[in-house]
Amino acid sequence: MPWDRNQMAARAAQELEDGMYVNLGIGIPTLVANYVGDKDITLQSENGMLGMGPFPVEGEEDADVINAGKQTITELPRTAYFDSATSFGMIRGGKIACAILGAMEVAENGDLANWMIPGKLVKGMGGAMDLVAGVKRVVVVMDHQNKKGESKLLKSCTLPLTGAAVVDRVITNLGVLDVVEGGLRIVECADGVTEAELRAATEATIVA
Amino acid sequence: MKKVYETASDALDGLLRDEMLIAAGGFGLCGIPELLLQAIKDAGVRDLTFASNNAGVDDFGIGILLASKQVKKMMSSYVGENAEFMRQYLEGELEVEFNPQGTLAERMRAGGSGIPGFYTKTGVGTQIAEGKDHKDFDGETYIMERGIVADLAIVKAWKADDTGNLVFRKTARNFNVPAAMCGKVCVAEVEEIVPRGSLDPDMIHLPGVYVHRIVQGTHEKRIEQRTTRKKESV
Repeated sequence: MPWDRNQMAARAAQELEDGMYVNLGIGIPTLVANYVGDKDITLQSENGMLGMGPFPVEGEEDADVINAGKQTITELPRTAYFDSATSFGMIRGGKIACAILGAMEVAENGDLANWMIPGKLVKGMGGAMDLVAGVKRVVVVMDHQNKKGESKLLKSCTLPLTGAAVVDRVITNLGVLDVVEGGLRIVECADGVTEAELRAATEATIVA
Repeated sequence: MKKVYETASDALDGLLRDEMLIAAGGFGLCGIPELLLQAIKDAGVRDLTFASNNAGVDDFGIGILLASKQVKKMMSSYVGENAEFMRQYLEGELEVEFNPQGTLAERMRAGGSGIPGFYTKTGVGTQIAEGKDHKDFDGETYIMERGIVADLAIVKAWKADDTGNLVFRKTARNFNVPAAMCGKVCVAEVEEIVPRGSLDPDMIHLPGVYVHRIVQGTHEKRIEQRTTRKKESV
């Protein structure tokens, strides 16, 4: 059985180490926060917050406390607020240890596409280009294949890039792959998924 | 030194003209200068360019200036929470220059700090880098981005004293600091103007040197995505 969304998030949480400052993207990456367990992780929200807490209890929403998805959230005893230039200073400056984010396509050289589809509505890249260029380690969490059953792990991206050669690791519903010299290396397969199945579902070059 | 004005329209008096570049603070609808945007709408100036991370929603924030067709161009990182924006954009009535969010913030900060350009890794190898100066430093490639100096900055803060020292509240600080810095003139709307001496000098987020006019007003502070959890799930 391939991993479901929560299993992918749980696997992604294993990437995080005690003491890390981490930025989580929207979608499955947001679920990663549910699986950090006892690890001391500080979540960054790029609109200007370190130490992001959970959603507020109903009635305690504060219009001045939102995350990068514009959702109401809460602060923690460790929380610090800062302006957008400072926020991206810490991102660009490599102070954020890890970003976990979704993607439309990842290429075998680590190219990432997740911000626009030509001919379709373009809403903008937000902070994605800054994050992938700046943080120490970029982990992508996404389905292995698109809705048509085509590999999202490609020899080269067909969509406009968010960043060139920026991805370190990809976690999909079929397994975990690292971007290495010459292509992708299989780190592990999802429970019940064979290496042959994973290879068959992947267009990108898989190196031994 | 008189910085305090009675109304948002008074605070903008003599500062507005067609085709000007306005830097606006805020992220989504959080910390936007909602009273000054309404006053700009009322003033009727047209063909404005806004450097602002987002473009509001249809009936709030910069959205109200899109509805009245006063905006010619947006310099933003993320738009599209706004149907009228999308209609004007798709029909070519509105020009959009997408900037990575951190690049936009730094362009404002730099412009306000006397730095006309800077190099960044953000966007190297993407569409954003096309036509921009590339330079290698220590084995890595960077692109040059320009500082922004706006004709006018409009920002929203929590508290001010009458000298323009500003204190922001929580994540409503966001783009308000860099936007204020990059304005040739900066007008700030605040929830409260407090007596001089009552703000802790060590806790000022933006010194009054950047702020030329202040107006106090009542803010709607609309929430864009109200998300909550059940009490028992704590």
